[in-house]
Amino acid sequence: MDYLDQLEAEAIYILREVAGQFEKPALLFSGGKDSITLVHLAEKAFRPGKFPFPLVHIDTGHNFPETIAFRDELIARLGEKLIVGYVQDSINAGKVVEQRGKHASRNALQTVTLLDTISQHSFDACIGGARRDEEKARAKERIFSVRDEFGQWDPKRQRPELWDIYNGRIQQGENVRVFPISNWTELDVWNYIRRENIQLPSIYFSHERNVITRNGQLMAAAEFLNIDHEDVVEYRKVRFRTVGDMTCTAAVPSEAYHIDDIIEEIRQSKISERGARMDDKVSEAAMEDRKKSGYF
Amino acid sequence: MDILKFITAGSVDDGKSTLIGRLLYDTNAILDDQLEAIQRASRKNNDGTLDLAILTDGLKAEREQGITIDVAYKYFQTTKRKFIIADAPGHVQYTRNMVTGASNADLAIILIDARKGVVEQTRRHSFLVSLLAIPNVLVCVNKMDMVDYDKAVFDKIMADYERLTDSLRIKQVDYIPVSALKGDNIATESPNIPWYNGKSLLSFLETVNISHMTDNQQARFPVQWVVRPQTDELHDYRGYAGRVVGGTFEVGDRIVALPSGFSSTISRIEFAAADLQTAENGASVIIHLADNIDISRGDMLVKQAEQPMVSQRYEAEICWMDTKPLDLNQFYLLQQHGKTTKVKIQDVVYRVNVETLQKSTAENLGLNDIGKIQFKSADPLAFDSYIANKANGGAILIDMRNNLTVAALMITELVD
Repeated sequence: MDYLDQLEAEAIYILREVAGQFEKPALLFSGGKDSITLVHLAEKAFRPGKFPFPLVHIDTGHNFPETIAFRDELIARLGEKLIVGYVQDSINAGKVVEQRGKHASRNALQTVTLLDTISQHSFDACIGGARRDEEKARAKERIFSVRDEFGQWDPKRQRPELWDIYNGRIQQGENVRVFPISNWTELDVWNYIRRENIQLPSIYFSHERNVITRNGQLMAAAEFLNIDHEDVVEYRKVRFRTVGDMTCTAAVPSEAYHIDDIIEEIRQSKISERGARMDDKVSEAAMEDRKKSGYF
Repeated sequence: MDILKFITAGSVDDGKSTLIGRLLYDTNAILDDQLEAIQRASRKNNDGTLDLAILTDGLKAEREQGITIDVAYKYFQTTKRKFIIADAPGHVQYTRNMVTGASNADLAIILIDARKGVVEQTRRHSFLVSLLAIPNVLVCVNKMDMVDYDKAVFDKIMADYERLTDSLRIKQVDYIPVSALKGDNIATESPNIPWYNGKSLLSFLETVNISHMTDNQQARFPVQWVVRPQTDELHDYRGYAGRVVGGTFEVGDRIVALPSGFSSTISRIEFAAADLQTAENGASVIIHLADNIDISRGDMLVKQAEQPMVSQRYEAEICWMDTKPLDLNQFYLLQQHGKTTKVKIQDVVYRVNVETLQKSTAENLGLNDIGKIQFKSADPLAFDSYIANKANGGAILIDMRNNLTVAALMITELVD
């Protein structure tokens, strides 16, 4: 079997294990390429049947409009259910407090909204598109990653995970995060997207837009970024290599208009994919700390 | 292009992290921002050197203590292959994490410090490799630069290791003299070791022929999920979704559903809305049968002519992975693929001393103990021996009180 076929077969197997083991699973959908790939894999796993889970989007309110439009078109084509958890609702309910200042982001707040959404719908498993090659804490995580009733990951108490036997048994209130594309690299995902001709939001491809420079990173010039007179707005040719919300995802200068260009660009790149994520730059253990507190 | 999954095991000082760091660095799998992060953290350690262990020791607790606690998965590729490294802890305390990493590996790299030779840890790691039935072992004799690249040192270690593997079930052993620190025989063949005519580590990994032990394997299809759209146009559609774990199935094959024993014929094999003639080992597909028989998640389809063992009593090698010792008076849950059933451990046949490899009788098993047991299950189970088919000969035990995975089982034979 070719390596992409092997990765695909493994991911489909994991998705079906989720369907078989859990009462109320959900697929976390961000509108990024990894979760779009998961949706494609779910079609292969469950069609002609319906998905045994809804898609769940945790919406910070600071979205790229292109991602939301893409999400709604995808849902319409699939005929599957979408549940949206709004960070704004968590703010209105007083559960989280909006960060202040120029570098305010809702990235950290979305963990609370995620945990609320999980508990509101009693989800016992959440499928996510995280990959082990993304980040060093993720490189340590099991495919079935058990979270306690506070949503926390305890890296020192991970269950042994042997062969392809996944133990998804949990107590009431706990939930499992499941990562079917754990073993894929960024390049594998792109090669798969090319092979399968999977459609993506336009912002993954080179386009022109207004950007500002923050901490050495190019950020889309959006109202959420609290742009002031110190910021220089430039009109640049860029694309997004990873898609979170507008406050935590940086653009890269790029001339990659087609998927072949993107694959070539990634091959040549000397910077990792997460290098364009402001949320990882907070500290050396930023990802581990967020995962421990409930982030996916 | 195919995928090679390999495990590296070792402790702090044997140069494992340096070796992996080298491989990743020389195949351009470490990027500038990651290298910068290493440099920042190394400066924090105040010793001036680039600490490549930071690449694989992804947890704060690991970096603080300078040890590997849990498996880290690392990825790189060349034009020939995609590689998945399971970088596992070598310390006896974390045996269960090494077993996790070893369970899916096709090859194990055993690092031996040229100055120290075969030590207790080499024996323990090799025993685990053999227990998990990883077919290929590559012994890297590291730090050759510190013994003046002496051929006699290398030859002695080779002879010692050959003796060690006599009592183990490792199919193929290869040896490479290396210096991970100096880069000798890592990505390119070293001019410092002219007496060695073999391949560099990278070139070996790119070309090694892995005996997946899949030859002569019999066809097995554990059912994970029944696809039933129940729509007007697909009213009678009923497909069994799962993944082939050995052998090949073909349309027209006469099959038996286990444990019920009902038989039927494969009428259709489907994948992503396309019809296939065959489903090969490892493929996730949907199988349709000519007859309506009762099949659900946890059942297994096999060819009528190639049946596995079906029994409620088996003997199995076991690795105990929980801090709470095995309790012979308690029921456990056994999970094999999508099948779970209650079991009772009836007897501990023996426990192995992993340092001397001596077997002795034992009353029970504690954390990281390895031995052999007999168990009885509530439902009949369809197993192959682990040696014949890893994917259908392994199972885990779950403690029903806290849902933890407490043991790995490798089936050896059924008990009458």
